[in-house]
This record gives sequence, structure tokens and C-alpha cells, in this order.
Amino acid sequence: MKYYTATYWAFFKTSLLEQFQYRAAMAIWMIGRILEPIIYLTVWTTVAQTRGGSVGSYSPADFAAYYIVLMLVNQFTFSWIMHTYDFRIRQGELSNFLLKPIHPIHADIAENIAYKVMTAVIIFPTAILLFFLFEPNLAFHIQTFAVFLLALGLAFIMRFFIEWTLALIAFWTTRNEAINQMYFTLGLFLSGRIAPIDLLPDAIQTLANALPFRWAVAFPVELMLGRLSQEQILNGFTMQALWLLAGFLLIQLTWRLGVKKYSAVGS
Amino acid sequence: MYYLKLIWIFFRIGLLNEMAYRVNFYVQLLQSLLSLGTAIAGLAIVFSHTDTLGGWEAIDILALLGVFMFVGGVIGMVISPSMSQLMDDVRLGIFDYTLTKPCDAQFLASISQIRLWRIIDILLGAGVLIAALIYRGLDIGPREALAFAFVLCTGGSIIYSFWLMLATLTFWFLRIENILHIFQSMYEAGRWPIGIYPHWLRYILTFLVPVAFAITVPAEALSGRLTPDSLITSGLLCVFLVVISRWFWKRGLKNYSGASA
Repeated sequence: MKYYTATYWAFFKTSLLEQFQYRAAMAIWMIGRILEPIIYLTVWTTVAQTRGGSVGSYSPADFAAYYIVLMLVNQFTFSWIMHTYDFRIRQGELSNFLLKPIHPIHADIAENIAYKVMTAVIIFPTAILLFFLFEPNLAFHIQTFAVFLLALGLAFIMRFFIEWTLALIAFWTTRNEAINQMYFTLGLFLSGRIAPIDLLPDAIQTLANALPFRWAVAFPVELMLGRLSQEQILNGFTMQALWLLAGFLLIQLTWRLGVKKYSAVGS
Repeated sequence: MYYLKLIWIFFRIGLLNEMAYRVNFYVQLLQSLLSLGTAIAGLAIVFSHTDTLGGWEAIDILALLGVFMFVGGVIGMVISPSMSQLMDDVRLGIFDYTLTKPCDAQFLASISQIRLWRIIDILLGAGVLIAALIYRGLDIGPREALAFAFVLCTGGSIIYSFWLMLATLTFWFLRIENILHIFQSMYEAGRWPIGIYPHWLRYILTFLVPVAFAITVPAEALSGRLTPDSLITSGLLCVFLVVISRWFWKRGLKNYSGASA
């Protein structure tokens, strides 16, 4: 345990220093992730106003709360690992990771956390600004918040495991863009970014319940907003746990097979 | 005539380059179809809850989507790759070779890279636009068509000048290729009519990152809601930005001294 904390701390510090060099680029790359929820918030607010006040159970103030929290949840759970892995494998950079006496996923998790810590400086003020601009209907209860943090933590690890597994497909194909885009497209609909899940057609809702996207993003958001019953919350945690387990097993399998397949360029 | 010939040559080089990687065609086709499908599904979800969005009917927003893809395709095919190339060239000093050619350097730099397969987006965009117009029963007269062509050209020139100015900054600051990403991110907002956004965002999308003139205004022209005001503003802003960006480019050039000299 002590070994892991020390290693994580070391990875975390190096990543933090490394990323600090790219702070301007980092801020620019965040524009899209901040703008997207604002776009859909505006679209749905406009729809609500056209309909005379609300869409389903969402008023404009509910949409505002939903999308501001969604922006935060998405920011804290997302990873870019699917985009970096094919580079790593194609360029043979992975060899450096293989030489270290620790599973490479730890360095990636530490790097991701370092990035989230660093970008918190941007995302929190943005959230506060949006809070004043859009006047969301968001009540703060300490118990709900505690449960939300748990769901957020699970969502982060679960999403990271799944995206890391998908990233490993790069061992077999050298072109991942098409797969990445499909995953991204599914995520757009099924994780509640285009619209809250309740507003989607029934068939898509059923799909969203089965796949991990909803449990990684929409579930913590709805939880924070106090829109879920106790039963729904339990169900959500169960789904998170199941997908977490599935992700964990898939990583073991694909990593073992993939490394066998890997031959560094130039060797 | 000379310039047209040059464009044709660069086009052919682009084609030859792409022919070496034919799989890319299918990858691009898949990605373009996927993003078209995503956009239409998104529209379907929104319009399953309402009939109009900020005064726009579904079919008008579909036409807007066509313009969005068309303009996005043009940017992705020529403007974005050429401007990235320009920034790389300036950093590496290869830009010397562009300057020594007996042709206007701004022109050469603006068409130096052509990613031909992005033409799929242009064609799909045009297809969606035409389909939307046919569905509406081709109810546009020559005046609307002319206004559309006019604001599409001015909007395109506005976008081009904006990119050129961003890329020209490279003459002073070498490592700023990420600045181009600002535009890519903001462009996404253009898939919905700018009018629905809050004031501050509308302002940004109109004057700071002029997405509005390239997408919303042409789409307005097609659905007959173009005001003379936007038509004139678009024309004036186009002239202004083309002149300013040209001036800025010349200033930048003076600042360029080559990387190894």
C-alpha cells in the first residue's frame, strides 16, 4: 500500500510539472468541454420556453442545474487515453512503460488526476460564473453531496477502466479514430449530454440503462440534483459496480493478449 | 487565370497524396456519415419535444445543418490544414521557400495543403441543404438564392480572414498552434441558430469568433428571414476583415527572419 501511495505521489508530481508547461494549450482545449453543455442548455431552455415553461420534468432552472453539474462530472470523469494509446503503440513509446516494474495504468491514472487538479482552477470559476448567468435550481444537501462524491469517484474509475480497455484496441489496429468516434457518438446520447436521459425515446433509454455511459455521467448528475429515488440510487450503484468489475476483468484480458502482440518499432 | 491554374495544381497534389492512403477515404466517409447521423438524431430528439426552436422549424434547422457541414468541410479541406502548415513552416524556417516563389505568399500559404477527402463533408452538406430545400418545395426565388450566395461568400471570406489573422500571429509567437483549436471548438455552436444563445455568447460568436456570418446568416437567407441589416453587416465586415487581415499579414511578413538565418 505504502509502495503504491509513494509511486502515485511521484507520478502525480511529475505529471503536474509536465502539464504545467502546457497550461495555455490546456485552457484552450477546455473550451469545447465548457461550450458543449452551454449549447445544449440553451437549446433545451429555448424548447422549454416555446412549450410554455418545461420539457418533461425539467424547467429552464432545472436544465441549468443539470448542465452545470454535467459539465463538472464530465470534466472530472473524462479521459483522453483512447487518443494517446495508438500513438504510444505506433511510435513504440510503450516500451518505456513496459520497462517499469509497475502496471502502466497507474501512471495514466495519476496523470489524469494531476490534470483534473490543475484544470480545477478553470472549471470551478466557470461553474460559478454559469451559476450566476443561468440561475440554476440547485439545492445543496450535505448527505446528497456525500453520496454524489462516492458516485463520482466510482464513475471516474469505471470510465477510466473502460476507456483504457478500448484504448488497447490499438494493439490490433493502428487506426483508432473510427472506433473512438463511435464511442464518442454513443456517449453523446447515452451519457445524457445531448439531452437528459428521461427526454430520450424509450428504446434509447433502455440502451442507456444497459451500457456504462449513463452510469458514468448522467447518474451522478441526477443524483446531485436530487431527482432519483432511493431505489434508483441503489440500482445506479449496482450498475456502476458491475461495469467497474467488467472493466477490471477486460483490462486484465486485453492487456495480457495485447502485450504479447506488441513488438516495438525498430526492435 | 494563373491563380486558378495554381489552385488546380495544388488540388491535384492533394489528390495524389491521398491516393497513397486509400483507406483514409473510407475512414473519412464513415466519420462524416457518423457525424451527419449524430446531428440528425440530435435534431430528431429536440424536435420530438417541440415544433419550433427559436422560431426555426425542423426543416430550416436541417438546412442550417447543411450549411454547417458545407462550411466546415471547406475549412477542414483547405483553410485549417494550410494554416497549420503555415505555422509549422514558419517555426521550422521552411517558409523561406514559399517566399522565394514568384507568386503572392499569402495566396500560396492559403492553399498549400488540401485534404481532399474532406470534400465528403462538403458534398454531404450540400446534399442535406438541397434535400431540405426540396422538402420545402423549392420555395426560394432568385432573390433569396442570390442573397444566399452573397452571404455565403462573404461569410466564407470572413472565416478565412479570421483564420489568417490567427495564423499570422505565428510570426511573433512561434508556438501557438493550439490557438487554431479555439475556432474548432467555437464552431460547434454554429450547428444551432445563433439567435437562441444568450447575449454574451451571441456577441462572441458574431464578432470575436465570427461563426454567425458563415452559418446562421446564409441559412437565414434561405428561409427568408434575412434582414437587410445582416446582409449589409456581412458585406462590410467581409471587406473590413479581408483588408485588415491582409495588412496584418504584411506586418507579420516583415517580422519574419527565417529560422536559421
